[in-house]
This record gives sequence, structure tokens and C-alpha cells, in this order.
Amino acid sequence: MKVQIKVDSATGRIEDAKFKTFGCGSAIASSSLATEWLKGKTIDEALDIKNTAIVEELSLPPVKVHCSVLAEDAIKAAIRDYQQKQEQRQPQAETANA
Amino acid sequence: MVKTPIYMDNNATTRCDPRVVEAMLPFFTEHFGNAASRNHSFGWFAEEAVDTAREQIAALIGASSKEIIFTSGATESNNLAIKGVAAMYKKKGNHLITQVTEHKAVIDPCKRLERDGYQVTFLPVDKYGQVSAQQVAEAMTDQTILVTLMAANNEIGTLQPIKEIGKLCKEKGVLFHTDAVQAAGKVPLDVEKMGIDLLSLSAHKIYGPKGQGALYVRRKNPRVRLDPIIDGGGHERGMRSGTLAVTNIVGLGMACELCRKEMVEEEKRLLHLREKLRKGILGRLDEVSLNGHPTERLPGNLNLSFAYVEGEGLMMGMKDVAVSSGSACTSASLEPSYVLKALGVGDDLAHSSIRFGLGRFNTEEEVDYVIDHVVEAVSKLREMSPLYEMAKEGVDLKSVQWASH
Repeated sequence: MKVQIKVDSATGRIEDAKFKTFGCGSAIASSSLATEWLKGKTIDEALDIKNTAIVEELSLPPVKVHCSVLAEDAIKAAIRDYQQKQEQRQPQAETANA
Repeated sequence: MVKTPIYMDNNATTRCDPRVVEAMLPFFTEHFGNAASRNHSFGWFAEEAVDTAREQIAALIGASSKEIIFTSGATESNNLAIKGVAAMYKKKGNHLITQVTEHKAVIDPCKRLERDGYQVTFLPVDKYGQVSAQQVAEAMTDQTILVTLMAANNEIGTLQPIKEIGKLCKEKGVLFHTDAVQAAGKVPLDVEKMGIDLLSLSAHKIYGPKGQGALYVRRKNPRVRLDPIIDGGGHERGMRSGTLAVTNIVGLGMACELCRKEMVEEEKRLLHLREKLRKGILGRLDEVSLNGHPTERLPGNLNLSFAYVEGEGLMMGMKDVAVSSGSACTSASLEPSYVLKALGVGDDLAHSSIRFGLGRFNTEEEVDYVIDHVVEAVSKLREMSPLYEMAKEGVDLKSVQWASH
């Protein structure tokens, strides 16, 4: 699962988010929903997205809960990557793999 | 226009042939007698129909009609054969031989016997899913009472060298059982020529009704005896008590007869469709691999792995085509197919596998439709696959560190 975010440096909000996923329907849906939710959020708001909310929104069965965990991990990884790059003063489109 | 959804999962189950249904119908209403009622015409008629079915089934596998025992399905046939032999020949020995890619209906009875103190050898298979007679010979001990090996695999369609193994078992005086659920009616089987002592088959895999199976039990050279699992009225030579499901049995008989009469033509037709499907897909997509044996396989079975695409996701991407996958996401255990893993197929490609099961009712137009939809769905999913992207960028996926969940 791969999530990319584009952050507006002026407002600190996520302008756009994209995903790529190798996985079942639930994994693809979880990452797709995650990117929809990311759009327009600040970094702090984005960090509040929990896998349980994804489970609820998509009505995932227990056996597919791990798909939502992957999505939450991918969000966190993308943000961590963004923050690291910010520290290096390279505010651009960011990438992370989870 | 092709009618959708398209059913291409005939290794899972098949549609009842209308000719089978037609043969069965009178036995729901007019001819409802109990085949065990010996004193009136209702019973006689039912018994006659059952006897006809026995002959039709026996003819398909080169047996005599007295050697056919009716069961509820192949799972019961396998249980009866394995547990029945183990219990009956306990004094002779306690060792059984099977292989790792058997259906669970063979593996689980064997594992239960292991817990009960028997020794079971699970032979490994080669990269095509085959075992050799030599492997079986080497595994035999003076304690071996039964060899049980499937005639054809349900996932990958690989045929086993049944004849060589049967011959070996005869020489060694060891009983030989084969789960022929997938092979029966699809490829020629002959219990005499192949040295088979016990053979399981099921109606619903050969265009008959669900809930009906049969077990061939050899009557001479040697006479095979079984300890029954189900006790009761002593039906089926005491090996399987319970009133015969006459309607279903008539259906199984007719299904076997149709398969026998049409086998040569149908085998050719399915082989043509399967090769068309295989070439159609491989000609338009890269990084697709075949699972199982290239030629020694069931005519209607095609099992492919589409690298960088997950099987369940792919099935969802072509919703109006019904197939199966060896992906973990489709199994309750979240483990990918143990059959594919036994062939040495990596976890990634096991997750990416799709089984196409062609059958009697599939058409050339359907194959064309499926090729188009598979190519479309795989291309779309590869577009969104991070693995495909990484592979194209030259990243060795085996070098990536994966987080575990």
C-alpha cells in the first residue's frame, strides 16, 4: 500500500492524496477511502484518522480489519515522511510505503 | 451478446445437465419408493432404478455394478475409504501414504488417524504437483496398509501417474484408494487397468445433483473390506447404512452415462477452449505464469498467477466472471493456497492466482469475453499496484523489508 500526499505550504492543509495498493477489494477500498478523507485536512487532523473509522465506514468484516490497519499505517508513514522532509526544508509532494 | 454472469468455476461445482434433471424428476413424485422395500412394486421400481445407476457408474470406471457403494458425497466416500480401511486392517499394519496436495477431505481424515496412533506419510510433490511411483515405493514399509492419492488435483488440475502407482500397490499387496472427484467423467479411468481398489466420486462435479457420491470398493483380487462409519440398517453390503437417496442416485447414474458417452468429444472441446483462454491471456499480458503441469492436467482447468495483482481484488475487478483464487484473502484462515505453496510457488504468486474451471456449458464466446475482461482488470489493477511500479523501476521485490500485520 502506498499513499502520497501533497501539502499546501501556506495553509498546512493536504491539497491532494493518491494511493496505490496491492491487495484485495477491502484493502483497495480502505486506501481509497483514506485518501478521500485526507483531502482538506491539516497534518494534525490527518493523524487522527483511525482504522476503526475506516472499518465502520466500509462495514468491513472482522477478517478484513487488517486492511484498515494497513491504511492507517500508510497515512502515518506518508505524514512521517512529509515531516522528515520538512525538517530538511524540502516541502514537496511526499511518498511513503507501508 | 454473451449472457452474464459467466460461470467458469466448474472445479467447484457444476450446473445440473437438463437431461440429468429430467431423469430425476419422476423419482420425486410417481416413483418415490424405498429401494429397500422388498414386498411391493414401489420398492421394486426404486431398486431397479438404483441398479441401473450402479451399472452406469460402474461403466464409467470399468468396474462391476456390485462394487459401487452410495454415499452423501465424495467427502464421505474419502472418509469411509480411509478410516474404513484403517480400522479394518489395523492388525495388518498402521501406516498410510498420501501427498501434501490432497483435498482436505483426505488430509483431515489422515490427520485424525495420526492422532489415533497411525503413521501417515505425506509425500511432497514436484513443481507440477506430481508424485512418482518411486516416491511411493520408497515410502512403503511392511506396515503400509493404504496408499491414497488423488487422480487429479482440484486447484491446479494436475493428473497423477495413477496407473504406475496402482501397479506398484498391486505388486506390494497394499490397497490403493484414489479421490477421483475431479478426474471422473473428465478423463478415462479404469479400475482394472489402473490397479485401483477404492475410488471416490461425486455427482455435482459431473453435472449431477449435490449431495450424492459413490465409492467403488473392489470385490475380488483382492476383496476389500471396510469398517463402516455409519451403522444402521445394513444397506450397501453393510458398509453404509441409510435409506438410499433414489432420486439423487438416478441423477448420478445419468450424469456418469452422459460423461462416458461424450467424454472423447468433450475432452477435445474443453482442451481447445482452455488453450484458447491460456493463449489469449498470455498473448496480451506479461508476467503471467501457469500453475500445475502444462500437459498432464484436466482439460478444463487453467490456473494462472498474475504477478503484482492480488487474486481477490482481481475477482472483484471482473465481477461478472465467476472463478476462484488461491489468495489468502479468499480463505477463512488468511493463508494462501497450500497446494500452490507445495509446488514451490512463492506467497506473492499464490496470492495472485486465479483458477478458471471450464465445463460442459462454457462456450467459445464466453472464453473471448473472459479474455477481454481478465486483460482489462489485470491492466487496471497493475496501474494501481505499487509492486508493479516498483518492479518496473527495477526494484528487486525480494529485497524489500515488509512490515508484518
